[in-house]
Amino acid sequence: MALIGSGVLQGLGVTLRTFIETYPWGKALLGVLRIRTGQGLVTIEYPDVRQQHHERQRIFPFLVYDGAPDNLRCVSCKICEQECPPQCIHINGPAKDEQGRPAKVHGRTYPVTFDINVAICMSCRICVDVCPFDAIEMDNEFELSTEERFGRLVFNKARLLKSNEYFQQIKPTEAAEVDARLAAKAKPSPKPAAPAPAAGPTAAPAA
Amino acid sequence: MQSTSDTQLLEISLGPQHPSTHGVFRMNAVLDGETIVKLKPVMGYLHRNHEQIGEHTSYIGSFPFTDRLDYFCAMSNNLGLALAIEKLGNIPVAERGEYLRIIMVELTRVLNHTAVTGFLLNDMGAFGTPLLYAFREREKILDLFEAASGSRMMCNYIRPGGVRIDVPEGWLQQARALVAGYPQFLDEFERLLTKNEIIRQRTQQVGILPKALAVNASITGPLLRATGVNYDVRKVDGYSIYPRFSYKVPLGSVGDVYDRYYVRILEMRESLKILQQALRDIPAGPAVSPKGQAMVKAPRTFRPPKGEVYSRIEAPKGELGFFLTSDGTPQPYRYHIRAPSFINLTVLEDMCLGYKVADAIIILGSIDIVLGEVDR
Repeated sequence: MALIGSGVLQGLGVTLRTFIETYPWGKALLGVLRIRTGQGLVTIEYPDVRQQHHERQRIFPFLVYDGAPDNLRCVSCKICEQECPPQCIHINGPAKDEQGRPAKVHGRTYPVTFDINVAICMSCRICVDVCPFDAIEMDNEFELSTEERFGRLVFNKARLLKSNEYFQQIKPTEAAEVDARLAAKAKPSPKPAAPAPAAGPTAAPAA
Repeated sequence: MQSTSDTQLLEISLGPQHPSTHGVFRMNAVLDGETIVKLKPVMGYLHRNHEQIGEHTSYIGSFPFTDRLDYFCAMSNNLGLALAIEKLGNIPVAERGEYLRIIMVELTRVLNHTAVTGFLLNDMGAFGTPLLYAFREREKILDLFEAASGSRMMCNYIRPGGVRIDVPEGWLQQARALVAGYPQFLDEFERLLTKNEIIRQRTQQVGILPKALAVNASITGPLLRATGVNYDVRKVDGYSIYPRFSYKVPLGSVGDVYDRYYVRILEMRESLKILQQALRDIPAGPAVSPKGQAMVKAPRTFRPPKGEVYSRIEAPKGELGFFLTSDGTPQPYRYHIRAPSFINLTVLEDMCLGYKVADAIIILGSIDIVLGEVDR
């Protein structure tokens, strides 16, 4: 039978060591005494110090455009709207011209409005998985709080649009995969810049 | 006219906003002095209609909602639903995916048991220190989850046929380093807690759950194994690739709060053994089978044949079961979850009777409930 209280004292030894090793001098002292140290201080002083987040971190979706903001990849097929589990995406489109036919920019149909409610979105990434055009991707911007309850919490098309360069910057690995996939897809049509020949494959999903 | 020497029973309501009830849970206790003579659990404050939502979305669409069942163990919940869907739709699983799933689920078990031990000590009155030590280690596992899945807690990672995407480069090395270093933390944690006389006084012979009652009330998980019943769904069903690993099922003998604490510590050590074997044997190759990949890309194309299926896993809290009924459409006709926290809560009164109020708090803490799962 061990001495009563020895268990408590051993535990206190652990807390004392953990306390000392959070200081630089403490770590040196423990090194001199040949006591195995842990990792010391593990917290950081946000927002002065910022943590490097993992590349795959997903917070909120954004719409990708190539070059100019009107050249967005979204063709308003509404698959993401249908598959979104909490139903936070609302798309109005595709845009129509005066005759009621689908209007096209850069050979693609486009949404008139594209709203995502940040208060409802649960960052599940299903919209990215189901998008056949790689038009929607996950952002890792997490400071999304706002003082306005209405208006600012619904991200409209203008706020959602971000360039492909931004995507390449925040998620290099994933962006490289997407770019390779899109390049492979674009090969069959010889002139992707001209609006008329590219109409074939992209006009179909505008349901 | 009552004389002043007469005593009265006092009814108190603990919760639902009480910090010791682990969320929005309420206990209506009737006290005779300090002793509990009756205790009624009240739940449902966190009901989010999960099962009904699951019947109105595609099979894949339910995955992010399962993350929010037991928000400490998102990966286990994902695996439970994925196994049920695989059984329903006969989806083959990629070999690497199987291993990645086991790694994720066992990391989840380590994470959950670490955190719950910290919470139990918090309930006991050891504010902060053990909990923060536990959370310091838990954070490392959450970092791994974030690197693999993109989210710390709401992982949404495991899919029918494997996992959503293979782990990034260098992840397995990081996981190996973590698994290699974890026993050191457990040793330190045990030095802090296991032999501590105050903890022994508080937990031994408190909240004893009789073996027969545990079996009759269909209690599962560490709560059941602490009473000495050898029942682990991993061993009984041998689902996924668990039969390939060698590990033991730790058992308690008395069934008190201390046994539950210690069974969890031992389970973590066994989980680390599984992790070592899985990280050693993991093969290269695709992380998800083609059928699973197609399902991720286009969830509505998955139309399982008519029928119903019940699939269960050993989640960190107990037997987590998913019951799915398919009517041939892309949405389940019926979707039900057997939540271990909820079933384990049914014996709370039997364990608390005759003990003091402070004991009721640690008994509740030792059951290890998460209200997201209890109320669904």
